[in-house]
Amino acid sequence: MSLRNIFRTVRSTHSYLLRYNYLGASFSNYKSVVPLSTNIPALKDEKVKVTFVLNDGKRIETEAKVGDSLLDVVVNNDLNIEGYGACEGTLTCSTCHVILKQEDFDRLPEEASDEERDMLDLAYGLTDTSRLGCQIIMSKDLDGLEIQIPETINDARS
Amino acid sequence: MPAPPFKMNFTYSKVMVRMLSFAQTIPRVGIVGAGTAGFYAAMHLSKNVTNIQIDIFEKLPVPFGLVRYGVAPDHPEVKNVINQFTKVAQHPNVNFYGNVTLGKDVTLCQLRQNYDAVLLCYGADEDKTLGIENEDATNIVAARNFVGWYNGSPSDKNLKIDLSGSTAAILGQGNVALDVARILLTPVDELRKTDITEYALATLAESKLTEIYLIGRRGPLQVAFTIKELREQLKLKNCKTIWREQDFKGVSEMVGYLERPRKRLTELMLKSLQDNPVDFSQCQRLKYFKPIFFRSPTKFITGIDKKLSAIKLDCTKLIGDKLEEQRPVPIGESEVIDCSLAFRSIGYKSVPVDKNLVFTKYGTVANNKGCIIDNNVSSDLGRLYVAGWLGTGPVGVILHTMGNAFQVAKVISEDLKLSTLSKSKGGFEEVRKIIAKKNNFIVGWAGWEKIDKYEIEQGKLKGKPREKICSIDKMLEVALM
Repeated sequence: MSLRNIFRTVRSTHSYLLRYNYLGASFSNYKSVVPLSTNIPALKDEKVKVTFVLNDGKRIETEAKVGDSLLDVVVNNDLNIEGYGACEGTLTCSTCHVILKQEDFDRLPEEASDEERDMLDLAYGLTDTSRLGCQIIMSKDLDGLEIQIPETINDARS
Repeated sequence: MPAPPFKMNFTYSKVMVRMLSFAQTIPRVGIVGAGTAGFYAAMHLSKNVTNIQIDIFEKLPVPFGLVRYGVAPDHPEVKNVINQFTKVAQHPNVNFYGNVTLGKDVTLCQLRQNYDAVLLCYGADEDKTLGIENEDATNIVAARNFVGWYNGSPSDKNLKIDLSGSTAAILGQGNVALDVARILLTPVDELRKTDITEYALATLAESKLTEIYLIGRRGPLQVAFTIKELREQLKLKNCKTIWREQDFKGVSEMVGYLERPRKRLTELMLKSLQDNPVDFSQCQRLKYFKPIFFRSPTKFITGIDKKLSAIKLDCTKLIGDKLEEQRPVPIGESEVIDCSLAFRSIGYKSVPVDKNLVFTKYGTVANNKGCIIDNNVSSDLGRLYVAGWLGTGPVGVILHTMGNAFQVAKVISEDLKLSTLSKSKGGFEEVRKIIAKKNNFIVGWAGWEKIDKYEIEQGKLKGKPREKICSIDKMLEVALM
């Protein structure tokens, strides 16, 4: 996991420097720099538990680093969730759609932004407690979180 | 993450098992089309069928289909999905064979002879036409070709488009229509940071367009574009969106009855309609985006040299009960809109590449949950499947094609597990011999990686993420050097 983060950091710095050289284009893709800030050293060792319940009923229990998004958790732990996170957390797809329990949904510190809702609107099986995994940041408060991964297949559509 | 030693042993033993169990047949799947559907199907199959061999054939030397040639250049984040596809292609049981055309280099029957299953997902290549008078006039462009043109598709790179007039009309109100509008209305300096082609930048920089109509036969409650694309359009710099108030009669009363996605989209349009105009007086070059509803094009009006000068539109009203299914009918009045450029953006249809494929009236291959019903079933032919737009029609975003591809791949894997494969099919070894009679330039994944590297290097020189190679000859040259 640490290797991956180092790689990510190096890659981000690299692309940042690249962009910086092309003045004018420098801040348009600021998002690519953001992962640098999620690895706050003070939080390094804080871990919480998350359970993913897949649409076939299978449960995956895993550890999540505080400060990571649910998408990070899926990627960093190599959880085998097909097609999850196609746009890599840039709010341009809804493949990381998750369904929360009402009480968990209510205790998330931030409500979904317009952009997140725009994407959720395209998701299958949208519920009132749906969110995008890339926008849910793990905190100590969310220890033991259980989320449901909805079906990506919609028979009615095809 | 350092690979734990047991994992290596495991991989090793898997290889051993495969090598030793010569009695076991290898299920072979041929996929036609390396776009979204093809890669997602390959992803599912490679994960769920042990020992499978998957060969993806692609007409172009380069992979990714509409992710490369359809997704707008100012949406680089959407293209991140390429990273997932690349992982699939690098899977040991998956191969990519570019520059191979079904129906030309190899026939469908030949593929079926050499694979246990053939999955067709070559998309929807042709645009639908309106079938109205003067549709062949100069400067009436298929939105699809325009998208291919700015994205560097080899077949569209020579498109002639004249942007010297002030007004253009886009016929259709889907996401492609909004992409076309946005690319034409975005300040060209913003586009310079994207992977849009250089020739498109040069042409767009000279554009004199200041007004773009987005014309739909139905009403605001039936628009096909999605909210993200509309929000982007409304936020566009130096561009003002002007709706027609009369088009929204009765719409706000309906909002309460709509499902959330349609409701939020409608609310955004209503909000934009009611918004006090932002102060645009300081903008140097203000452009206008004008969606209009309940208008059905009936005739293109041309001037000298058969050049487009206006479009005649029939006014319509909607009949039918269900909102989504309401149809427009003319009410006997018409309107003429002056414009010197028109884009047809009313959808795509698929092309038949084999005489045995049965097409529906919607331009899709007839199928049942991805299975192509085949009456001349012969035991030595692999089963035939369809996924993506070729089977569903050209609707939905990547997510929807992903869902469909997973679904069809699941059917394929279940069929493969149930059927007793008596002997291994020839697979690519045999297909290669057939192709070699007509074509000696098959581009493998390593070839694509060379093209990819070259394009990124060329892009760097111009401060862009990538400068695409737009000629097939050049692609082959780079890939095979």
